[in-house]
Amino acid sequence: MAKKIFTKDNSSYIIVILAYIVVEILLKTGSVSSLMKGLLVPLCVYVILAISLNITVGILGELSLGHAGFMCVGAFTGAFFSRYVGDAISFGYLRFAIAVILGALVAAIFGVIIGIPVLRLKGDYLAIVTLAFGEIIKNIMNVLYVGKDSLGLHISFKDTASLNLDSATGDIIIKGAQGITGTPKDSNFTIGIILILITLFVTLNLIHSRTGRAIMAIRDNRIAAESIGINVTKYKLLAFTISAAFAGVAGVLYAHNLASLTALPKNFGYNMSIMILVYVVLGGMGNIRGSIIAAVVLTLLPELLRGLNDYRMLIYSIVLIVVMIFSWSPTAKAFRERYFGFLKKKKEEVS
Amino acid sequence: MALLEVTGLGISFGGLRAVDDFNVIIKQGQLYGLIGPNGAGKTTIFNLLTGVYKPTDGQIVLDGENITGKKNVDICKAGIARTFQNIRLFSDLTVLDNVKAGLHNEFKYSTLSGIFRLPSYFSNEKKMDEKAYELLKVFDLDGEADYKASNLPYGKQRKLEIARALATDPKLLLLDEPAAGMNPNETAELMKTIRLVRDKFNMTILLIEHDMKLVSGICEKLTVLNFGQVLAQGETAEVLKDPKVIKAYLGE
Amino acid sequence: MSLVSYLINGLSLGAVYAIIALGYTMVYGIAKMLNFAHGDVIMVGAYVVFTTVSGMGMNPLAGILISVIVCTVTGVLIETIAYRPLLEVSKLAVLITAIGVSYFLQNVALLIFGADTKSFSSVVPFKGINLSGVSVSGETIVTICACIIIVVGLTLFVNYTKPGKAMLAVSEDAGAAQLMGINTNGTIALTFAIGSALAAIAGVLLCSSYPALTPYTGSMPGIKAFVAAVFGGIGSIPGAFIGGLLLGIIEILGKAYISSQMADAIVFAVLIVVLLVKPTGLLGKEIQEKV
Repeated sequence: MAKKIFTKDNSSYIIVILAYIVVEILLKTGSVSSLMKGLLVPLCVYVILAISLNITVGILGELSLGHAGFMCVGAFTGAFFSRYVGDAISFGYLRFAIAVILGALVAAIFGVIIGIPVLRLKGDYLAIVTLAFGEIIKNIMNVLYVGKDSLGLHISFKDTASLNLDSATGDIIIKGAQGITGTPKDSNFTIGIILILITLFVTLNLIHSRTGRAIMAIRDNRIAAESIGINVTKYKLLAFTISAAFAGVAGVLYAHNLASLTALPKNFGYNMSIMILVYVVLGGMGNIRGSIIAAVVLTLLPELLRGLNDYRMLIYSIVLIVVMIFSWSPTAKAFRERYFGFLKKKKEEVS
Repeated sequence: MALLEVTGLGISFGGLRAVDDFNVIIKQGQLYGLIGPNGAGKTTIFNLLTGVYKPTDGQIVLDGENITGKKNVDICKAGIARTFQNIRLFSDLTVLDNVKAGLHNEFKYSTLSGIFRLPSYFSNEKKMDEKAYELLKVFDLDGEADYKASNLPYGKQRKLEIARALATDPKLLLLDEPAAGMNPNETAELMKTIRLVRDKFNMTILLIEHDMKLVSGICEKLTVLNFGQVLAQGETAEVLKDPKVIKAYLGE
Repeated sequence: MSLVSYLINGLSLGAVYAIIALGYTMVYGIAKMLNFAHGDVIMVGAYVVFTTVSGMGMNPLAGILISVIVCTVTGVLIETIAYRPLLEVSKLAVLITAIGVSYFLQNVALLIFGADTKSFSSVVPFKGINLSGVSVSGETIVTICACIIIVVGLTLFVNYTKPGKAMLAVSEDAGAAQLMGINTNGTIALTFAIGSALAAIAGVLLCSSYPALTPYTGSMPGIKAFVAAVFGGIGSIPGAFIGGLLLGIIEILGKAYISSQMADAIVFAVLIVVLLVKPTGLLGKEIQEKV
């Protein structure tokens, strides 16, 4: 077996690194608008989210509409930690690294808790229940109050007063619908890229391992997978949990890029989950490189259309519909093959 | 000694008695046929043997171990592997990966070793590749190892399914209508393959089949099932001459 | 407020959910797709009535009729243009186009009407009644009556008319229905037409009770109605009816007695519990995969 260097997998790493180098050069030469600069970290967030959701949707083959919920959990965990320790860990990178690990861990725990009941369901039922869980998480974050004082942590689901904080040393960290303010801005583009590379590394290696094979076997045919002795429940849960953990990582990155973190329908609601799903489906199910490209293109598209002002989201929606029909419908496929078939002379390959 | 001993096996779905008082003894290395008209309960018996359904009555003993009511994953580990009437491959995986999935429980390494590419990943993957290629060669599929399973022609998909089942290192192999949809040439080749599997792996095989040429050609013993009950049992040639069997198949 | 008046409010909201859920459940039953744009058709219906009645001073009944027509046409167009090419290819692909359609409708509304909240004036011409101390608003009466009429009408239509039976056949097995000479594409389009017409009515009723109208008005009720449909067993007309009513009552009672901020979470939590106990909803059919 001849080893190829430029495989689909390696190209994912190469694309990310090249993109990083190009952006860094552009930043050095000062040719990046402040608008674009502000978009760099969110781009990394979306890429990680897309890769992680692809583990559930593309690799495991279950439709999840609650991915933003795990991101929410990670974001609040990470931001809470960083706000809590504050300058006790003054080295930003270390503080952020711990925040990422904690965010991933707590999101993973939520993945297990939610995955156990949810993964028993099938298809669209599973989808709607994940959506429900996502909304519940978002909702709870809006009524959660956490403060600390000399006596330790205080938690309430009512209001700040019921935290009973000591007035001298008290500090409210999570303030209900106002969320967390004053999270140290520990994230930047470089850190985002590093996190993407870590996500890629774990995801791609997972896919090409015994575990990944078992997960994909379940996706392709659950009954056959059971018949050859694969523990379906275990591997479904594992995939779901890893997917949740990386959504948590994305959340931590997201939270440390914002001065104030609140759980809104816009950032942690089902609309966000759906947007991530759009990246995954457009990029190709199970196609990790595709997820990266789709996340970047679809995030930049509305920005590139900014000149069109009010029409940009309209155009975005039309593009979405047209692309879907053009890339999936059988008539469109036949049309493409007739006229553009020569572009695809290479023999079909699986990787 | 009997490899598989089934006594009084039965299952009801609501009011329907799909299988009733099914008994069979299969010896090590035997090629055993299970035939009967459509709806007689043949596939249900396979599903009972492999733990897809839990029997309402009876006992299944494999190689001295009572496996009645165990889950399908545990029954696979105990040593029964199967193929399906409507082929169930991992269609988006490669031919090689289909077989390697079958080796899942033989060459184990943890998820973390897989992600971080620890030495156990490399050593086990290497062993898996070797064993998988070995199996693929038996079925003349090694040339197509990198193809997507769904891109294989029908006959080769059937073979791949058998190869995958064998990868689990079973004591007993269940084949559910392996010749379904094959033309006479393909069936003849399949008969050779089944014999080869039996001889090369010293495998015990229980198969469901409608193709009488295949059944009479390779099965040493037969059980005929009708309306969920055993109609006749014994040496192939004798069973096929049994008037009750002929009646069940051809009518009065 | 007393428990009885909460229950009545819940029934009223539930009746709206039920009407939307009926459309949702029929579309799902026949096309097996999550139609995320369904909620936005509600919004379209409400804007049409807003424009014709509040803006142009038309008779409310005429406004509703126009709204029903506009939504029906919109629904059929959406189905033919955006869904039909993909319906048999991939459910996930249709889901994504449905999301695209949802964005599309929202942004068209945004362009025409702007992002500001429009105050929708109720189409119900009479004040409520007072039943021994409990006041029942005119909107509540109309909504509940409309819901009952629709449920009865739909049940009769599906079970006793030819196109209705065709719908049942297509939802059971589209391929076999086609072989039996049923025009499956036509039947699917008809289902979308009915679903969208119901959405228009639901939009008007919803905004009559809750008068704040924005381009995103339909989105959450759409999701809730889908939850109601799943809750009752998706594909089942009585299921959608019961699911809708229950959901409305749970939401209002949750708001009143537990926490107004947590009302949505409570609704979703109930859905989760129901599905875990009965994975296909209250009245849904169990489907076993054959080995």
